[in-house]
Amino acid sequence: MFHLAAGRVGSLAAKRATAALSTSSARMMASHGHEVSTAVDMSKPQYTDSADYPLPDVPYKQVLTDADKSLKQKEKGPWNQLSKEEKLALYRLKFLKTYPEMRHSTPEWKTALGAALFLMGFTGFIVWWQKVYVFPKRPRTFEGDWPEKQLKRMLDMRINPVQGISSKWDYEKGQWK
Amino acid sequence: MSLAKPMMRGMLAKRLRLHLPLAFVVSFSSALAFNLLIAQPRKRAYAEFYKNYDSVKDFNAMREAGIFESVRPIEK
Repeated sequence: MFHLAAGRVGSLAAKRATAALSTSSARMMASHGHEVSTAVDMSKPQYTDSADYPLPDVPYKQVLTDADKSLKQKEKGPWNQLSKEEKLALYRLKFLKTYPEMRHSTPEWKTALGAALFLMGFTGFIVWWQKVYVFPKRPRTFEGDWPEKQLKRMLDMRINPVQGISSKWDYEKGQWK
Repeated sequence: MSLAKPMMRGMLAKRLRLHLPLAFVVSFSSALAFNLLIAQPRKRAYAEFYKNYDSVKDFNAMREAGIFESVRPIEK
C-alpha cells in the first residue's frame, strides 16, 4: 500500500514539476490519466487543454478519417446547413475537452491529503527512533524540583506582573488566583 | 442549438463588486476586534496596575525573596 501511494505521489510530483518548469502553460502534456507510452515530439506544436489558453496551437484530431474529411469540407460552406450533431462532431475534432470538462474537479485531493497525512504519521516513527538513538539527555533544568524552584524564582522576581505569570499569583495568600 | 453567449468581459469588475467592499469590511472588523479585545484591555490592565503601585514596597518584597545580588534581605 505504501509503495502504491509513493508511486502515485511520485508521478503527481513529476507532473507538477514539469508544469512548474514549463515556460508557459501551453507546454503542458495533454493528459489522459495514464502514462504516455511513446515519446512525443516536443519540437512540434502541442495540443493543450488549459483554461487560460482557449485556442490551442493545433486541433486535437490531426489524423482525420474520410468521414471527418468530408465533414471538414462541409464546414467550408454555410454553417446553418450543419446539423447539431455535425457541429458537435466538428467541435470534438478540434478540442478534447470543453471548458466545464477542463474545470471539472478530480478526486486527486484525497490522494494528496492521504499521502501527506500518512507521511506525517511516518515522521512520528522517525522521531521515536531519534529519541532512542540520537537525542542527548534532557537538561537538568527539567529534573526533580528544579522547575518548581525556577517558577518560584520567577514569581519572586515579579516576571510579567501586569498581564503575565506574576499577575496570576496571589502574593498575600501564596497561591494561584 | 443556441447557447447563451458566455461572459466575454467585465470579469474583474464583477469580482470587485463583492470583494472590494468585503475587503474593507474584513479589514475594519479585524482592526476593530483587535482594538476592543486586545488593545483596550491591555491599556486598562496597565492603568490598573500602576494606579496604586508602590515600587519601593515591590522592591523590598523582591529583596526579601533574596533574588538580588547587590542587596541582601533586610537583617532584623
